[in-house]
Amino acid sequence: MTVAHHDFTLTRTYPHTPEQVFAAFADPEKKKLWFGANEHLTSTFGTFDFRVGGTETAESDHPGGIHTTFAADYVEIVPARRIVFTYRMTLNGAPLSASATSITMEPVEGGTLLTHTEHGIYLDGEPGAQGREGGTQQLLDLLGAALDKIG
Amino acid sequence: MVTQTSLTQLDRTFQALADPGRRAMLSRLSAGPATVSELAEPLSMTLSAVLQHINYLEDTGLVTTRKVGRSRVVEPASAPLGDARDWIAAHEAAWHVRYNRLGVALDALYPEGHHDHIKEN
Repeated sequence: MTVAHHDFTLTRTYPHTPEQVFAAFADPEKKKLWFGANEHLTSTFGTFDFRVGGTETAESDHPGGIHTTFAADYVEIVPARRIVFTYRMTLNGAPLSASATSITMEPVEGGTLLTHTEHGIYLDGEPGAQGREGGTQQLLDLLGAALDKIG
Repeated sequence: MVTQTSLTQLDRTFQALADPGRRAMLSRLSAGPATVSELAEPLSMTLSAVLQHINYLEDTGLVTTRKVGRSRVVEPASAPLGDARDWIAAHEAAWHVRYNRLGVALDALYPEGHHDHIKEN
């Protein structure tokens, strides 16, 4: 069994207040607008308990017969400032990753600077040949969609 | 398999994938090997720019090339995109996509944030 570790940080500035950005995480109806289902995958939302110690779960089906689950536990919530959570993912039933994530919101000129910092442990699951191929194509699709937009 | 060099390789893989031209080549190659001129054909790039990209992809380990007669055939290499790295990168990319979508959702929820985009009569 091999384990990989990876940290990453993403930042975005949104032309909205920190309260509005925070609401898009705190309100399940707003969160569904952007988290989960997109042109690449379908998602089903489970528990949504946005409070310290609360849990959030979702399941997604990706191209190539890949099924993933997402389960988060909220560690700290400071309205309009910070959200800290841990989350686990499974891939086709096998443990895939464990991550610790902080999302901060800072008022800046022109809106809110969102900073997402994640520390991840990635387990070498058994996606199988079919899943691997689908995963690579999905990776390229996701990267293409993401990178085209951020330039 | 994941090795000691995986994170460095991941960085290089991301750099390689950050270019739309190189992604276009990799998408074409996901259908199978192609010659340099076949890769160059749909792209509005000089042949020397295409060759530079192919050398970059080869150095990164995303493709291999071999001579067949007078042509250079480019083949996709799955190893750098394989194993856990697929999923590491997919996690990171998934958040990129989510935050792009969050921007769209916020604009729809709170259109008043975009006064400068609204023409007033």
